[in-house]
Amino acid sequence: MHNIFGGLAQGVIYSLVALSLVIIWQSTHVLNFAQGAMGMFATYIGMTEIDRGLGYWWCVVLSVLVGMALGGATERVLIRPLYGKPEINPIVVMVGFLGVLEALAAAIWTSTTRNITEPFSQIYYQSHGHLVFLSPFVIFQILLAMGIMLTIAALFRFTKLGLQLRASALAPEVSRLLGVRVSRMLTIGWILSAGVGAIAAVIVASGSFGLFPTNMDGIFVAGFIAAAVGGLESPIGAVAGGLLIGLAEQFILAYWSPNVAPLGGIIILVVALMIRPQGLFSKNVSRRV
Amino acid sequence: MIQVEQLSVNYGAVRALRDVSFDAPTGQITAVLGANGAGKTTLLRTISGLVTPQRGRIRLGDVELVGVATENIARLGVGHVPEGRGVIEELTVEENLRLGALSSKVNLSEGLDEQYARFPVLGERRKRHCSTLSGGERQMLAMARALIAKPRVLLLDEPSLGLAPQVTAQLMKSIRQLCDSQRLTVVLVEQNAKSALRIAHQAVVLHLGSVVASGDAATVAADEDLRRYYLGVVVP
Repeated sequence: MHNIFGGLAQGVIYSLVALSLVIIWQSTHVLNFAQGAMGMFATYIGMTEIDRGLGYWWCVVLSVLVGMALGGATERVLIRPLYGKPEINPIVVMVGFLGVLEALAAAIWTSTTRNITEPFSQIYYQSHGHLVFLSPFVIFQILLAMGIMLTIAALFRFTKLGLQLRASALAPEVSRLLGVRVSRMLTIGWILSAGVGAIAAVIVASGSFGLFPTNMDGIFVAGFIAAAVGGLESPIGAVAGGLLIGLAEQFILAYWSPNVAPLGGIIILVVALMIRPQGLFSKNVSRRV
Repeated sequence: MIQVEQLSVNYGAVRALRDVSFDAPTGQITAVLGANGAGKTTLLRTISGLVTPQRGRIRLGDVELVGVATENIARLGVGHVPEGRGVIEELTVEENLRLGALSSKVNLSEGLDEQYARFPVLGERRKRHCSTLSGGERQMLAMARALIAKPRVLLLDEPSLGLAPQVTAQLMKSIRQLCDSQRLTVVLVEQNAKSALRIAHQAVVLHLGSVVASGDAATVAADEDLRRYYLGVVVP
């Protein structure tokens, strides 16, 4: 049971990263390889305000707002000029942007790991003398991630904005004919996605991992695998893929070796691509990978 | 009223429309006819702002439409049912209709009730994904989605495409009824000239991007040369 909690705690972070990738993919068909780095950068700007006396929760809000602003600006400045260009162009640009953000973060804040005082205890509960991979911080992490995912799902499913976001992604020309401001929707998609990515980055930085310029690289890879496993067109698939990979890593870590834990995601990806190349939850027949 | 003046559109070196001029009066159906490649779809896409003309003017009442963004033209009251209907398959029937109502100030529930009364089959399938609809049902949905916003002008691109003759006849009758009952200005692009001329008040015939004839629909329908050479209607 304790492995399930540990897997869920890690899995929800992967799910958040995967969800943020899916939101952008759905709206603009761009794979944002800088998603993790954008979250890291926003977290640095927001959370280092703790040093100046700002409270933890205000810093979280600031990080998310900075992340959202960074997402909107990235779409407007870097991505918009590339619409209609070969698919490889935005990928190259975002990989370059990843490098720029990590180098900038190292130059401004150094590469030393910063430990952020977490709002909840990270000491695991015990049951019958055994550790359970569940602490107040892990509970907060799971509940926050679940809350964000449910909020995003409700926004897409039940609101006018969500309907316009979906329509803009599915049929931009028809949406424009119906009066939807598609370019605004694309920017909003990036803002939402970057906000979700920033929350994932704040959770990672607030945990035992800490904050350093490349702290989201491994998380991003796992989140990317989760999105590919679930299906890049499926938010539910992204969440399920993240949880699956988190659980697989945890069980490999517990029963085999920590060194091979990251293999869990790769194995799941290979199996998923063999069974359903379009992703386990995607309705599309196939896609290029 | 829609007024098109000296409209020219090029796709690279290819001239799609050349100095096209016509008026589509309020409360009337203007049929735009011609063979494949005549420029009919380009004309509607230019009115909607999807294509930028090299030259010419398009006026909706006193408002110049050239240079206005597509979404703003829709918000000015121009409904466009594109070729292939443009129904978003991944959304439900009701979501498609809700999307159609977004750009206007109509009461959503009243608008939905009105469209379900007009097209009862859509009411029965309101929660179903559009991928499950037949061709005729999709056409009804595309029409209902455009009408829910209460447009002043309705641009219809090949509404009879892929429909059985009986369904086409019913559809054309509905378009005429809508035009008469709501004083809707309709620009109807059709390859099925016979069906279109039966309900239209006037017609514009395009050939290779140019207007070769225009006028009263009955007069165009009676012109044997036009029918033979430009409209593909077999003249006995």
